[in-house]
Amino acid sequence: MIVELGHFALILAAVTAVVQSIVPLIGAHKRWSGWMAMGDTAAMLQFVLTAAAFAALTYAFVVSDFSVRLVYANSHTLKPMIYKISGVWGNHEGSLLLWVLILTLFGACLAWFGGNLPPTLKARALAVQASIAVAFFAFMLLTSNPFVRMEMVPFNGQDLNPLLQDVGLALHPPFLYLGYVGLSMAFSFAVAALIEGRVDAAWARWVRPWTLAAWIFLTIGIALGSWWAYYELGWGGFWFWDPVENASFMPWLLAAALLHSAIVVEKRESLKAWTILLAILAFGFSLIGTFIVRSGVLTSVHAFANDPERGVFILIILAVFLGGALTLFAARAAVLEAKGVFGMVSREGMLVVNNILLAVACFVVFIGTIWPLVAELFFDRKLSVGPPFFNMAFTPFMVALGALLPIGAMTPWKRGKLGRISRPLVPALVLAIALAGLVWAMQTERTLLGPIGLLLASWMVFGAIFDLWTRTGRGDRNARLRRLRNLPGADWGKAIAHGGLGITMFGIAGLTAWEVEDIRVVQLGEQFSVGAYEMVLEEVHDIEGPNYLATTGTVRVTRNGNEVTVLHPEKRIYPVARMPTTEAAIDYRFLRDIYVVLGDPQDDGGYTVRSYIKPLTNWIWLGCILMSLGGLASLFDRRYRVASGARKTKAVPAE
Amino acid sequence: MKRLIFLLWLFATPLYAVEPDEVLTDPGLEARARSLSQELRCLVCRNESIDESNAEVARDLRLLVRERIMEGDADDEVLAFVVHRYGEYVLLNPRADGANLVLWMAGPVMLLIALGLGFGYVRRRSRASTPGFRALSADEKQRLDEILKE
Repeated sequence: MIVELGHFALILAAVTAVVQSIVPLIGAHKRWSGWMAMGDTAAMLQFVLTAAAFAALTYAFVVSDFSVRLVYANSHTLKPMIYKISGVWGNHEGSLLLWVLILTLFGACLAWFGGNLPPTLKARALAVQASIAVAFFAFMLLTSNPFVRMEMVPFNGQDLNPLLQDVGLALHPPFLYLGYVGLSMAFSFAVAALIEGRVDAAWARWVRPWTLAAWIFLTIGIALGSWWAYYELGWGGFWFWDPVENASFMPWLLAAALLHSAIVVEKRESLKAWTILLAILAFGFSLIGTFIVRSGVLTSVHAFANDPERGVFILIILAVFLGGALTLFAARAAVLEAKGVFGMVSREGMLVVNNILLAVACFVVFIGTIWPLVAELFFDRKLSVGPPFFNMAFTPFMVALGALLPIGAMTPWKRGKLGRISRPLVPALVLAIALAGLVWAMQTERTLLGPIGLLLASWMVFGAIFDLWTRTGRGDRNARLRRLRNLPGADWGKAIAHGGLGITMFGIAGLTAWEVEDIRVVQLGEQFSVGAYEMVLEEVHDIEGPNYLATTGTVRVTRNGNEVTVLHPEKRIYPVARMPTTEAAIDYRFLRDIYVVLGDPQDDGGYTVRSYIKPLTNWIWLGCILMSLGGLASLFDRRYRVASGARKTKAVPAE
Repeated sequence: MKRLIFLLWLFATPLYAVEPDEVLTDPGLEARARSLSQELRCLVCRNESIDESNAEVARDLRLLVRERIMEGDADDEVLAFVVHRYGEYVLLNPRADGANLVLWMAGPVMLLIALGLGFGYVRRRSRASTPGFRALSADEKQRLDEILKE
């Protein structure tokens, strides 16, 4: 019964979305305030109904209602409760429902918080937002209905893929979707602004925090996914340039570009057309990502043929929205005129460079991701594009970005002089070179990657610190420290996020350059050394988990005779899904991880043991956390609220 | 969900990538074998190199690479040998020839175009005169009339 109610709520939500995509649009055109206001009610209703549908599906998973096909295919009575709940979105249909739930949540937020927006802009944005929802409701109800019942009710379910039974991965999709779908807000506003034929500082002031929020969620989502791959897949890789990873990375790059270009629109009323284009493309890439992941087209052209209905449907959605928005853009972009005047060396100019680097980097990832498909369809060549290509073609953009970032961050608006900008940065550069030189002299390997990574990273981190310090102005140290504390959130956010990017880059460079790997057959009690550490495989025994069987080993790690840690790597078998998994044992530390994987027993009584010393791995995620925190600090900048209030009072006499 | 198919493949055979019995005794040759393995794709996996893959065919390919190295082949000769046998699909680093030039040149060419456009834009902005008062658009004029009539 509850499941049917959920199904019904989903259909009602779809109908509401249809109404919301039409009525406010007409209202905005004819300036009928009642019709425009309808968008608010519809947006909230749509969210409540979708939430009800989502709750109904969650209920079916929690009580293990195997008469629902989706629950049968993805759950099991023995599964721990948290994974019963995360199982709701651990599959195609359920994850789409989550996607739409978040989409309607953003629509409702626009209705709730958008009180100070010009009513026509708001009504149009709500209508565009609803039309995206219509497409996805139709997709769900016509091709991927989560509420389909089984004719015969099975006794128990088929269990969720054991690799997905994991906290990191339980949280990964919701964050990623909050990011993907959060970009729909920028898209809706871009299209609404094109219909209005007007983009101003107020527009950017509204779009920027939403893009920022979406970007924060994407950052967390991508970091969670990468962390999961690191500890779960058994060899400690963190990024594979897999099509589905690229699918989440491309919107991230474009969202980062959009964040920065929206600043130019907000402060200087320039780069308008480009910002609109970016907003359209950023969400377009979210849709492309959904298409890539959901259709399986890039795994192989043949996977696409297995389920052409879904693939073609998403392709149509993609074509309509991206094509429609770009056509509108081509027709109206000329209306958007730039106002600001600025010199070559200026913050505006540097942000243009930032946007060029990020957008072209995204383009490189895009080309690399789809090239196997293009080559097969048009040139009849079956080929692969893998990590070696991406590392070579993508990395230079990030290096250039990192090298220019501290200078760009300190360049004044309108017009600047390179000499004046770079003077406060000289100590940062000197410090960075000294640090990198020190590490280069100390390391035993001959690789240059580590020191160069450190040079770039410390340049960015020190650059961010000196930038903050310069902002405190002149005077004695106490006064400057006081002013430092009172700097606006956006200044702090900028410094923290930029430093975080540097730290992530250093983590990647350090891990790549200085990793130690050891693969061998180990007898029980045998001591072996890996890097500076000695390890002993003390014993191996079998244990039984809630829904799996495991072989677990005990590895004692010492360094110069002092115990460092005792690790318990596991090999699990999930009998219901009939799938083995490895649970690597990891000793997380600030400067390095020790990563041990237990392999198969050998004929002579020993076990294969793979052990790694992975330096600086945690810096990769530490940097991601810092980037998110920096974003958060900017998001809560007081000036957003003050300024939006100011706009409101100004708007009143006009009405 | 994310790598489901690829992971199913991965764990279908409970073997691990690079087994101890495969490793060559000469560390220099082994290092070459490892870096070559990272350039070759496991044929049955999803976007995985034979260095990372646990599949049986990946193991065969790893052994083949080591065999060729022991025979005294240079790195590109080993790759050519494997490509000759399995097709260019095995190369994770696509060759820069024919249509693939589009792939390789796309980034640099796009960067040049973007820099050119960006440079042009910034130059126009730096030469533009500060706009003074802008005439009202037809829309705004109409709205003004409406307000004034009220």
